[in-house]
Amino acid sequence: MIENLDLTLLDWSRAQFALTAIYHWLFVPLTLGLSFIVAIMETIYVRTGDEEWKRMTRFWMTLFGINFAIGVATGIILEFEFGTNWSNYSWFVGDIFGAPLAIEGILAFFLESTFVAVMFFGWNKVSRRFHLVSTWLVAVGANLSALWILVANSWMQNPVGMVFNPDTARNEMTSFWALLFNPVAVGKFLHTISSGFLLASMFVLGISSWYLLKKREEQLAKRSILISGIFGLLSSLMVAYTGDMSTRTIARVQPVKFAALEALSEGKQEAGLTIVGILKDSGRKIGGRSLTEFSLKIEVPGLLSLMTSGDRDAFVPGISDLVNGNEARSIMPVTEKILRGKEAKELLSGYKASKHEKMVQKADSISAVFRDPGFISGNFRYFGYAFIDKPEDVVPNVKLAYYTFHVMVLLGFFFIIMFALALFYLFRGTISARKWFLWLAVWSILLPYVSGELGWALAEAGRQPWIIQDLMPVGAAVTRISPGSVITTFILFAVLFTVLLISEISIMVRQIKLGPKH
Amino acid sequence: MTAMISHLFLQHYWWMIISLLAGILVFLMFVQGGQSMIFTLPLNDGQRRLLVNAFGRKWEFTFTTLVTFGGAFFASFPLFYSASFGGAYWVWIAILFSFIVQAVAYEYRTKPANVYGQRTFDIFLFINGTLGPFLIGTAVATFFTGSAFSLNEMNQVRWANGWHGLEALVSGRNLSLGLAVLFLSRVNGLLYIINSVGETDLVERSRKKLLMNSLTFLVFFLFFLVTLLLSGGFAVAGSGEVSMEKFKYLHNLFGMPLVLILFLAGVVGVLFGIGASLFSPARNGIWFTGTGSILAVIGLFLIAGFNNTAFYPSSTDLNSSLTIQNASSSLFTLKTMMFVSFLVPVVLAYIWFAWKAINRNRITEEELRGEGHVY
Repeated sequence: MIENLDLTLLDWSRAQFALTAIYHWLFVPLTLGLSFIVAIMETIYVRTGDEEWKRMTRFWMTLFGINFAIGVATGIILEFEFGTNWSNYSWFVGDIFGAPLAIEGILAFFLESTFVAVMFFGWNKVSRRFHLVSTWLVAVGANLSALWILVANSWMQNPVGMVFNPDTARNEMTSFWALLFNPVAVGKFLHTISSGFLLASMFVLGISSWYLLKKREEQLAKRSILISGIFGLLSSLMVAYTGDMSTRTIARVQPVKFAALEALSEGKQEAGLTIVGILKDSGRKIGGRSLTEFSLKIEVPGLLSLMTSGDRDAFVPGISDLVNGNEARSIMPVTEKILRGKEAKELLSGYKASKHEKMVQKADSISAVFRDPGFISGNFRYFGYAFIDKPEDVVPNVKLAYYTFHVMVLLGFFFIIMFALALFYLFRGTISARKWFLWLAVWSILLPYVSGELGWALAEAGRQPWIIQDLMPVGAAVTRISPGSVITTFILFAVLFTVLLISEISIMVRQIKLGPKH
Repeated sequence: MTAMISHLFLQHYWWMIISLLAGILVFLMFVQGGQSMIFTLPLNDGQRRLLVNAFGRKWEFTFTTLVTFGGAFFASFPLFYSASFGGAYWVWIAILFSFIVQAVAYEYRTKPANVYGQRTFDIFLFINGTLGPFLIGTAVATFFTGSAFSLNEMNQVRWANGWHGLEALVSGRNLSLGLAVLFLSRVNGLLYIINSVGETDLVERSRKKLLMNSLTFLVFFLFFLVTLLLSGGFAVAGSGEVSMEKFKYLHNLFGMPLVLILFLAGVVGVLFGIGASLFSPARNGIWFTGTGSILAVIGLFLIAGFNNTAFYPSSTDLNSSLTIQNASSSLFTLKTMMFVSFLVPVVLAYIWFAWKAINRNRITEEELRGEGHVY
């Protein structure tokens, strides 16, 4: 499957997906969160009849619309890219992966796009209550969209609820509920949408702070800070909680990714949690790959063991344990997984040959093996390892995983402090005088964008080389087209999205400067 | 009871859903049809503003239907998704590009500080309006004319040439369907203006343009239809072997009387809506032509996939051709998705409800002045 793979093709295909995903994620979180903030503001307007709340609602809704359009533009390509650039993957898992995407379209996108039209154009055409319900439905629709695509993504991180069918050479769904309630999906969904709420809250807080600094729209700004402060504080606490939940799940289902994000080269008992640290190459190697060590670190002893297993003495496996194996800890070496994966692959080839030669009995007996639970848990779960050349190839870029994770976590705590301070100063009535805080809030608008992108870089680059954990490496999934075609489309997307981004930022900044309509 | 539902039934059921989505998509491309006339139909900026705002309130429906069409195809016939999208790379990328530029164009065109000026975004709308329907029509034509691909035993696609789908553009039959879809979109776009815009001058100009656009549509559509019915098609034997059969699509049409009736009703609906708008002051032609478009497209899709026909045939390796049996998802997935599809009427109902609410009054300059969100 992976023979004669052109690495240039693989790298550019990955780069293109990364580029389009990074761009898309610049816009989605604001849609997820701002839709709720706008709905809350409109609810207050409908309940109180205070026209100022309506003015606020419409102002933030204008910014929502500018962002929403480019979010839609950058989103369509991602769905189709699974087919255009990862066609082997699309077939291998289409039976499972396609369903959430279709449900997303049928149940969520239509909800969002139908009621977004009422939200924008219905002010003078439908009743207040119908309009309010529409605004809430846009928020629900946007977040439901996130649910289904995250269910699909989580399945790639932790494939569950399926069985391999040798006849069709693909995985087939056996339990929709296993897919939906995949532990990775639950954590990822809550973590992702709450990070969107947080980003939107910081966006509203920052812009409102700018108005206070300019002594404009003070009532609108303070009311907006109240809403975004409360929503942001709750969201940032939720982000921290669900982030912790997700990390524990990673420790269980993607131990190599977990060891990489903690830069744990060697496993240990009483493992400490690194708060701040700087990595360097240790000089020790696994195969051709250098291991890392800390040149500086501040850690809380035993906390990593405690957080992952609820026991300070628990053993947390490191990268070398996971690659070379650790018999005392019952950790299988990658070489053994490669052997088992190859057995499964050879069995599949045997099945195809028997079918080709019309050896019905032999084909039937092999087919039965693929349904045998012992074979599934003992061999097939390592199917993807058949395509791995060297054991160390299963280790992702450790420095990338470590820094993306730790910077994201530090930013997460910073956001909690920011929202708490905003509410504190607001209730004390001193927020307008705290110029340093207002400027900090303005510049902090950028930081949730950084942490969100870091989170996705960790989630996706941190699970390399897998496109589906343990079952399919990226090299086996890529569409075999000429690298030149992919390089061309990469450049086209990079230029087009950048051109559109420049316009979006310029329009957004101008609208903020213009302020709400009177 | 669901245990009794066979895989074959569900494969047919899902092909019908795909056909329905394709029909709705072609109808909703009236938005693209309207955009393709952004520089030629309005006489002045005021009329252009009316045109853009009329279609701008509906573009998301078309966009969402396209995305859902892709998602539903992926879920129900994943081998098509991997073979066609991975193989005919350049055609699909070109279609996607045209929709990317559309998504921002409405929102940004008149916004202050949009950097590139209103005309750039209007050109984006024109590009999407022209290329979108044309390329989608051309790509769908390959369902009947075939594509140059083969599949290996792992069902991985290999395209037989370096053009990756662009070669479809040199076939007269493919081009004729592409152009027919483009001009049908323009006809539906004109009918939508007649239905929803209140400014007399623009409506009258739309009626005048309707004749030429309808005739052009008919020429390309009839060329495609006649060549389709007279040409050979890709028949699937009980063993799964694919072979060429003379007059296959004609056989399919007469072999499935219900499909024939559906298709003819669609064609009559399209013509009736056009005729009523040309020869009477009727404003509701869009509903006849629109519904007719949906029915005719469903008919075309059903003769492409039903009655033992390969819906995505390979012209270079007949037995790599995709059928609704060999390209489909498993019984379990199709069944799960069937339950989801039961919600489609609910979705259609709320779309209809919201549509009526927004279209209560015809769009005029005065209506736009009182509107907070204007493109």
